[in-house]
Amino acid sequence: MKILATLPVAIPIAAAALALVGIRHPALRRVVGLGASFAYLVVALWLLFAVDASGPIVAAQGGWSPPLGIPLVADRLAVLLLASAATALFAVLVYAVSQPGADTEFPGFHAVYQMLSAGVALSLLTGDLFTLFVAFEIMLTASYVLLTYRAGGAETRSTITYVVIGLVASALLLTAIALTYSVTGTVNIADLSVKLGEVPEGFRTGLGWLLFMVFGIKAAIFPLFFWLPDSYPVAPTPVTALFAGLLTKIGVYAIVRTQTLLFPRDEPVTLMLIVAGFTMVVGVLGAIAQKDVKRILSFHIVSQIGYMIMGLGFFTVAGVAAAIVFIVHQIIVKASLFLAGGLVEHTEGTGAIDEVGGVAKRSPIIALLFLPAALSLAGFPPFSGFVGKLALVTAGFDAGRWAVVAVSLAASLLTLFSMTKIWAGVFWGKPGEGAPPRSRFGMVAGTAGLVLASLVIAVAAQPLLDYAELAAVDLLEEGTYRAMVLGAAG
Amino acid sequence: MSWVIAVAAGVLFATGTYLLLQKLLSRIIVGLGLIAHGANLILLGSGGEPGRPPVLDGKGTGPLSDSLEQALVLTAIVITFGITAYLLTLAYRSWTHNGIDEVEDDVEDRRIAGKGAA
Repeated sequence: MKILATLPVAIPIAAAALALVGIRHPALRRVVGLGASFAYLVVALWLLFAVDASGPIVAAQGGWSPPLGIPLVADRLAVLLLASAATALFAVLVYAVSQPGADTEFPGFHAVYQMLSAGVALSLLTGDLFTLFVAFEIMLTASYVLLTYRAGGAETRSTITYVVIGLVASALLLTAIALTYSVTGTVNIADLSVKLGEVPEGFRTGLGWLLFMVFGIKAAIFPLFFWLPDSYPVAPTPVTALFAGLLTKIGVYAIVRTQTLLFPRDEPVTLMLIVAGFTMVVGVLGAIAQKDVKRILSFHIVSQIGYMIMGLGFFTVAGVAAAIVFIVHQIIVKASLFLAGGLVEHTEGTGAIDEVGGVAKRSPIIALLFLPAALSLAGFPPFSGFVGKLALVTAGFDAGRWAVVAVSLAASLLTLFSMTKIWAGVFWGKPGEGAPPRSRFGMVAGTAGLVLASLVIAVAAQPLLDYAELAAVDLLEEGTYRAMVLGAAG
Repeated sequence: MSWVIAVAAGVLFATGTYLLLQKLLSRIIVGLGLIAHGANLILLGSGGEPGRPPVLDGKGTGPLSDSLEQALVLTAIVITFGITAYLLTLAYRSWTHNGIDEVEDDVEDRRIAGKGAA
């Protein structure tokens, strides 16, 4: 059973090597990439059910038992996010290989894509702070390559911003880890959860906020989000969809993991709620000011991150569970929105809402895919966003934090407004001249798969909430994670 | 942590931050390198004073410095080295495409500045 927790990291790395060996054979690359992503998805879903049925899986690497060695910890939170990440990774890859020229103009595409998958899996599964840093680097380095491989003159500037910000955040993360190690003598998360408690209060608080800030840069929270709407839209569609769905959410995951386990609090954290509120409002206002589908959606990434931080900020089981459900929903819905936006760009040649019109008439299938995803983002019942937002609002009322709940509802209304702006501009209005080119089957299938997955989230809302609640209990109940990783000896 | 390391890391972070805020890309990259070095130094210093080696038979001689943080810092050096090299190639590409080494303002900034001028 333990091998199961290692597979999501091992499969993509092996596939990346294979894709590099067969780099001269496009068909081989493609089969390896798709096969590995499918296997990754199967393993992730298997883990999802295995962990629920028989408890978390802890795989000590190299036979060194924690806290000495590096453990891979497949607990509920990790496998839930892994399963949604794997769904997004597979669907986006199906879209990417169907897009004309996507994996032929850059032969290394599949190898880099698999390394990104490995980085995502390692970030989610690792039970070690330094390995978390390494996993982030694997993921980010792969993302630098994916973002830049097609960049010409104008795009290079945006990608340089992205790489520079990434590097600064990494240096700060490294500093935070070094400081943690120097006061506790360990980088094992389970071990740290005890030893950090013995550190003087002031130092601990400083360390906690330093880590919050570092992961906040990666997660694009207010006021550290400026790089995101600038750099994401320049990438090819599948890459942007992947970044939008996954990368920032892994940052949020790291915030949730470290803040709950290492810096437990008994009451809502007002500073976090303030940051969350500003992230929501500034993000959505930024989106309203934009005129291009991809740029609008990029600002919405920022806005939606605020909801997750809000759920965490309540520091109750209900709040953290709601945040987890919201992350799962966002991974799927954000990726599907970008893919739908990409379909518009592909068939109409541009995503500027002033220039495109009448897509609902010209390509009804794209409209059909965009609509549920857009309504879901705005939190319209009965779609998946409604499930997450309802849980967040309820948790907010229970915690007695009315102000931030009111802000979140206002931001939701503005999100709806922004979505209707895309809808009215792109899907209604005066249709363009001539018959639109037909979308390729795989591109539509990839998008449809994700939209379907978001509907599954809506239908299976109750089981998902229960699962997330158990995950939140594991995080918040003192000693649970430690007992899980270190066993009775710890 | 030795105070020499602490001071050196502080100086590296300060100069790195100053260079990072410049307009020329080459300076930004040098600044990033300095910041990364500062972080690596802190990591190197995090092991504290050398102590008794954790050898089971107790025969270890003399004080031995912590080896874990050296393993960590090696990993970190390799990673920052690789990414800095990648950034340099990006800078070169930007230079061949645009002919200048300067980082432009972002799209929004330019739009707002344009509105102010008009």
